[in-house]
Amino acid sequence: MGLKQNLHNLKEKYKGTKMAPAFNAIHTFLYLPNEVTHGGTHIKAADDLKRTMNTVIMSLIPVLVFSMFNAGFQHHAAIDPSLREAVLANFFTWDNLWIGIVKVLPLVIVSYAVGLAVEFVFAVIKGHEVEEGYLVTGMLVPLIVPVDTPLWMLSVAVIFGVVIGKEVFGGTGMNILNPALTIRAFLFFAYPTWMSGDKVWVHDAVNRAGTADAISGETILGSYAQNQEVVYSTWDKFMGFIPGSVGETSTFLILLGAAFLIFTKIGSWRIILSTFIGAAVMGLIFNAVVDAEIITQSSKFYGLMSTPFWEHLIIGGLAFGAVYMATDPVTASQTNKGKWIYGFLIGFVSIMIRVFNPAYPEGVFLAILLMNVFAPTIDHYVVQGNVKRRLNRAKVKTA
Amino acid sequence: MSKDIRIKKGLDIKLVGEAETKTTDVNLSSVYAVKPENFHGITPKLLAKEGAVVNAGQALFYSKSDERILFPSPVSGKVTEIVRGARRKVLAIKIAADKTLAYTDFGIKNPASMSGDEVKSHMFHAGCWPFIKQRPYDVIANPNQTPKAIFISGYATAPLAADLSYTLNGKKEEITTALEALSKLTSGNVHVSVGKREAALFNEISLEKLIVHNVSGPHPAGNVSTHIAEIDPINKGEVVWVIEPTDLVVIGELFLTGKLNLARTVALTGSQFSAPHYVRVISGASIADVVCEAGLNEDNTRIINGNPLTGTETDKEGFLGFYDHQITAIPEGDDYEFFGWNKPVFDKISTSRALTFSWLTPKKKYDLTTNTNGEHRAFVVTGSYEDVFPLDIYPMQLLKAFMYKDLDEMENLGGYEIAPEDFALTEFICVSKQPHQKIIREGLDLMNEELG
Repeated sequence: MGLKQNLHNLKEKYKGTKMAPAFNAIHTFLYLPNEVTHGGTHIKAADDLKRTMNTVIMSLIPVLVFSMFNAGFQHHAAIDPSLREAVLANFFTWDNLWIGIVKVLPLVIVSYAVGLAVEFVFAVIKGHEVEEGYLVTGMLVPLIVPVDTPLWMLSVAVIFGVVIGKEVFGGTGMNILNPALTIRAFLFFAYPTWMSGDKVWVHDAVNRAGTADAISGETILGSYAQNQEVVYSTWDKFMGFIPGSVGETSTFLILLGAAFLIFTKIGSWRIILSTFIGAAVMGLIFNAVVDAEIITQSSKFYGLMSTPFWEHLIIGGLAFGAVYMATDPVTASQTNKGKWIYGFLIGFVSIMIRVFNPAYPEGVFLAILLMNVFAPTIDHYVVQGNVKRRLNRAKVKTA
Repeated sequence: MSKDIRIKKGLDIKLVGEAETKTTDVNLSSVYAVKPENFHGITPKLLAKEGAVVNAGQALFYSKSDERILFPSPVSGKVTEIVRGARRKVLAIKIAADKTLAYTDFGIKNPASMSGDEVKSHMFHAGCWPFIKQRPYDVIANPNQTPKAIFISGYATAPLAADLSYTLNGKKEEITTALEALSKLTSGNVHVSVGKREAALFNEISLEKLIVHNVSGPHPAGNVSTHIAEIDPINKGEVVWVIEPTDLVVIGELFLTGKLNLARTVALTGSQFSAPHYVRVISGASIADVVCEAGLNEDNTRIINGNPLTGTETDKEGFLGFYDHQITAIPEGDDYEFFGWNKPVFDKISTSRALTFSWLTPKKKYDLTTNTNGEHRAFVVTGSYEDVFPLDIYPMQLLKAFMYKDLDEMENLGGYEIAPEDFALTEFICVSKQPHQKIIREGLDLMNEELG
């Protein structure tokens, strides 16, 4: 009884005070509360928001673990390219993991610590419970930034993202833009030199730039955008043994996560599938443009336009965006029909921005943020269809 | 035209404690109570004063909005107490019952030879009108309107619901008479939707305006809104009336015998009864008397007037509600569960598979408690309500419209077609633990007030 009873007594003591939300957040983390139903259904299903969010986090664990190894592997492989010849043998090593522990883990810890602190402060000020939305956001943020992102920069961005992206709208469930992507966008526009270029994607590449030990930190998309050849095999690209944002590289593990989310009915398969379809369609269009010889090799868009459409799906952040970002139920379309349109446009626009953006050859986060803004509009027209059907039914009757 | 209605979206909540098909008679309670709050939206005007002696069937009060709508006493005896709450609101009228009941005689009538108005005034007079509810708004029917059709659901899919083929067994004559009387009240048809078990009973009845439909599928396949949507959806400005099939028996008996007999077969269900079964009691009886033979475990028990989705909370000192045919007793869930939000769950129902495993055992019967399994949150998850909501309505959008009370949207999104009970399943599965039925009830009241 000990702990349970003591916490219960503390909860009664804090009830009605300013600190109650902060205490409850910790208490309900340990124990499912003793609340009973009143006035509605007397029984309730097992799922709550914590369980839902927790499921998403579980689907991210393999990606996080992989990304910790990959942070080290990309660093070492940039110094000694021969490591790439036997990737599997050289990948799961303590050396690689150590770099993950010193570079990736702090990003996760800072993201959670700062974000949850902001949530607690807002909960106490506004007197509402600490809501679970940030549990997922806090995990997503470290996975979508370059590995060498300074921790202070991340903290500033997280505070901005949580306050401006979410709390000003009223907290979890009320925000218009995906908070994780708001944080990413803030970093991108506030500190562009840290967020783009051919150095930031591999640990230590920035520090070594200009010295005798210089290494490349270029992503595949960066190489394509400059019409350069890419050294990675399709297998590497799919499995994720490539440079990129911390957690975006392994399409394989992301698809595994997607399978888990779809199976548990937490992630929307409609959005995930339609995002890939949209991206493939845009890729096909660009391929057709190249095939029709409308543009030539001299064009600066040639590299990315001629990338086979299926390759667009496994490089860059598309898979990560489709599975973990676009599916955020709060900022996505809420109707099932709307989800198809929403996802398709995300994929479509992602590849378009990726190809046409000269400074930064990736468009997934911009495409998702753009569609976040349009999601309510999509829903509006879907719902209007239902309204029209209802009005027509009445008209047929009176006619 | 009879229709086959097959419902795919929904969820059967299978619980422990189904009533055994065995009926016992319960002795008369010493005190009966009629509670005006059972009749939603009615402001009572008392007819019987404290100390008055009433017959069974005699009116105790009438509706302030229409004085023809009378509310009858279930038993004969003396009005012992009128319980009042804040602002002298009438909470309950208590009647000490006679040892043998004396009934007011309303006269034997043959509905076949009566006009609609005659049927109506007979039902007013005998206090039968409150049985008839209307859509839109899910309130007692406004007698000044003529419904385009009357709907009766003869298919019970709510958790632990009474088996209608059992409780209606042998009541064919009463039901036929009642259906005949009701068919005089509408310009359209009387639609009865039945499941497999009840089909035999209703298919034997043949009346000019009666249409029997077959329904199958999971809950809410038994909700009358589901049938209305499939058969003849409600448009703006239209009215339909709905009646519980068990109340047809009371109406039929009134016409056949001239007596208003509010006795009914009530299912005692739920895991807190050691011997769940059916009892024959009169509405308004004290709960303690109704449940006395079912072996109620009183330790930390929630007693519910009705089913666990739509019923109202009561206790042993409470009384059987006017409309209720079921009393459910389930364990209270007022305890903490260590890491209950993330550990695998085998003993609770869920529509997701987020480490919840009820999808592995679709036939298993669960012993659910009243725990909310989480805290109240803003709407976050989308797309889950649609899986258990068969109407052509966007449930989340409608709920939100009902919350911010935009009358145009409430109307356009389907507010006329629903009752709070239609949102019981979405409330059950709601990850954000929002009070859907309350939101809908308050919204419908607002619509009724503003759009009437």
